[in-house]
Amino acid sequence: MGEQASSIAGQIDILFWFMTLASAVITGGIALALLFFSIRYRRRSENEVPVQTEGALKLELTWTFIPLILSAFIFLWAALLFVRMSRPEPNAMEIYVTGRQWMWKAQQPSGQWENNELHVPVGQPVQLNMTSIDVIHDFYIPAFRQKQDVLPGRYTTLAFTATKAGTYNLFCAEYCGTQHSRMVGSVTAMEPRDYQAWLQGENNAESPAARGLRHFESYGCDTCHRQDNGGVGPTLVGLYGQQEQLADGRTVTVDDSYIRESILNPQKQVVQGYGPPSRMPTYAGRVNETELIDLIAYIRSLGGQQQEQGGGGDDSLPGAGAEETPGTGPNSSTDGPKP
Amino acid sequence: MATISQPAGQPLRSPRSPEIRETYLNASSGLRSWLFTVDHKRIAWLYLMAISFMFLIGSAAATVMRLELLTPQGDMIQAGTYNKLFTMHGVVMIFLFLVPSIPAVLGNFFIPMMIGARDVAFPRLNLLSWYVYMFGAAFILYALVTGGVDTGWTFYTPLSTTNYTQNVVPTALGILIVGFSSILTGLNFIVTIHKMRAPGLTWFKMQLFLWSLYATSLIQVLATPVLAITLLLVAIERTLRVGIYDPALGGDPLLFQHMFWFYSHPAVYIMILPGMGVVSELISTFTRKNIFGYKFVAISSVAIAVYGFLVWGHHLFVAGQSVYAGMVFSVLSFFVAIPSSIKVFNWTATLWRGSVSLQTPMLYALGFIGLFVVGGLTGLFLAALALDVHLSDTYFVVAHFHYVMVGGMLLAYLGGLHYWWPKMTGRMYPEFLGKISAVVVFVGFNLTFFPQFVAGALGMNRRYYAYDSEFQIYNVLSTAGSTILGLGFMLPLLYLTWSLKFGKLASDNPWGSEGLEWKSATPPPTENFDEQLVVVRGPHHYTAKEQVVG
Repeated sequence: MGEQASSIAGQIDILFWFMTLASAVITGGIALALLFFSIRYRRRSENEVPVQTEGALKLELTWTFIPLILSAFIFLWAALLFVRMSRPEPNAMEIYVTGRQWMWKAQQPSGQWENNELHVPVGQPVQLNMTSIDVIHDFYIPAFRQKQDVLPGRYTTLAFTATKAGTYNLFCAEYCGTQHSRMVGSVTAMEPRDYQAWLQGENNAESPAARGLRHFESYGCDTCHRQDNGGVGPTLVGLYGQQEQLADGRTVTVDDSYIRESILNPQKQVVQGYGPPSRMPTYAGRVNETELIDLIAYIRSLGGQQQEQGGGGDDSLPGAGAEETPGTGPNSSTDGPKP
Repeated sequence: MATISQPAGQPLRSPRSPEIRETYLNASSGLRSWLFTVDHKRIAWLYLMAISFMFLIGSAAATVMRLELLTPQGDMIQAGTYNKLFTMHGVVMIFLFLVPSIPAVLGNFFIPMMIGARDVAFPRLNLLSWYVYMFGAAFILYALVTGGVDTGWTFYTPLSTTNYTQNVVPTALGILIVGFSSILTGLNFIVTIHKMRAPGLTWFKMQLFLWSLYATSLIQVLATPVLAITLLLVAIERTLRVGIYDPALGGDPLLFQHMFWFYSHPAVYIMILPGMGVVSELISTFTRKNIFGYKFVAISSVAIAVYGFLVWGHHLFVAGQSVYAGMVFSVLSFFVAIPSSIKVFNWTATLWRGSVSLQTPMLYALGFIGLFVVGGLTGLFLAALALDVHLSDTYFVVAHFHYVMVGGMLLAYLGGLHYWWPKMTGRMYPEFLGKISAVVVFVGFNLTFFPQFVAGALGMNRRYYAYDSEFQIYNVLSTAGSTILGLGFMLPLLYLTWSLKFGKLASDNPWGSEGLEWKSATPPPTENFDEQLVVVRGPHHYTAKEQVVG
């Protein structure tokens, strides 16, 4: 196992070395037994016939149950660790990642895009929300002991906390075509102060929510989704993270995946009172993945349960929606964005 | 041991009588008598020829890959060529070599003989399945010579269903057709073992090779159709643009992975169970004991076949499957290790107070146990959820499955081929060279694949044509090892061919085995046995009264 640079790396390595040790003991034991028996009971005359042994139930049960207990123990150990590393921290800084043949793009919470690079502050829990533009990729940082497939058509997440400043390899781990082995880059973990300085040094980009608002207007979303509930579509204010009642009786949590799906395939899960059929046209093929990420950021900025998400340096995020409230029906309902 | 000297090129004679005895080899002659034979023993030879050729193609691809990987930069061939090579290596080795290897060659030859029958239940179907295999193989080879495929043997969607790649459809159709051959063979074996056993041969008197091939056949019949459906849907999505797997068309890419591994994980057991069966035979014969805990070993084959259907999701731990699904598949994967470990412990215990003879086949069997233990235990690393996150899709996985499939299945196949060679050909192979080959293969194999565990644990990804220079040392070791391994494979190819004509004549039972197949003459007559066998004793029961030769 290589360099450890994330909060879970040490725990993964302990499990690895424990299993390696156990395996070495088992393999060595069997090899020694085979060697010893081969010499001790070697055939001494051509017509030798050994005493026929049938087996012994006690022995069989012993070597059924000991491996069973050992297996159950390792399973539990690994599964509990897995649950812990899959669950994102509540105060995680969220970074959007898109994979395509054959490069990575990552967007900082404050809006800067990076190609084949990702900068994160040390000690800050990070959650990557990832999607692919074409085929399946996989975001893999060996030093963090973390990897996750990146699928087209949905978001998958990967959580980590870097513990050591440095630059680490980033690999695509799922075969994705000709230049798969060139789909590599680096993740740079920086001390929080250096990270802030680095952010300043980058071209101070427009915030994702602000970009999202521009798309929201240019695609004409604001015609139907107004700040009050008076539009053709439901209002999006305060929506994020809420449970929505669907026309077919089910409920759905409004998260990134649901928003994405509703933009690309509005007929799939229609909100009660707005169809079916929904009157919204599909935007599949018109809105690209980066625009989708911006739109989601904008809708999040309109408020909802998980408003506090995205710690880090994204203080501009909720503000964006509040200050630049769209002209179409600002009305009195400014209850959306919470501080 | 027979020492009758006879000029080379003469028809085979029984060592006991100078007269020419009719055997399945000289019963008829000419190409037609082989291509239209319904004798299971001759069909086994047809398969042996075909899969040996496929093995050479698959090995050639591996050789070029290992050479390319000597240096971290991609400098010898193009990236696209490299991707086609590993796809070809996987497709050919898995579908055209490993899946048919032991069942279609050794199983075909020895299942009827081990149950005292004169042929399989459906001899014509048996011949048909060889032709189906050749027809499917032709599709795959056609795709190969007309530009190749670069999706990897796993054909993950949507990569495989976009126009970006070529030749996916002929390859998929080829695999689908070869799958039918596998189904027909499995069906034939199941019926044969159920209906054709000699009087007195009850289930628990059957040799363990039969148990393992019975379990294998069940998987072949039940799992292969799912692969056929999966690949047919890939072809349909590619040609008709019907959205099944591609999200751009409204499909679901994970659906493909679930369906693919629903076949391909059980297929892993198609590629190891027969090897376990062979090794059980070898250990019995070369210790002159029935396998310790025979019933446990027999049942464990069936348990592996059943469990094998419930663990496919362990290929999807990082693919976007839910955490809870991951936990279920993880615990089931740990359980499948139990029947495997039962087998290993019982094989080892069989040597205890046995009469151990380290002839070539036994060396291969011992090598099998060692490599299979490593392959099996490293499988548990990959079944352990948190650890799999780091290790999946790295060289750790590559090393793991080569330890199981090459270290396991291929060593068992070579061991079995040496063991039964005298019965199949009437000639002995040169024993000294045989031992050398077993040792060279074992050493070369470990040098090739052990460094890959290390590279994988350090984070080297599989299917990388160029790699980070920190991994070079492991790749140099691996390439060096593969050279030795290649030599180890060349040796048997040469001396076995040589022995067909110049080998010492073999007696009926050169190993003094109690296996039923050795009760026939060497080489066997077309009918296998001159008279109907009646089985009264359990398998591999050795008694002092028995006259043991050689």
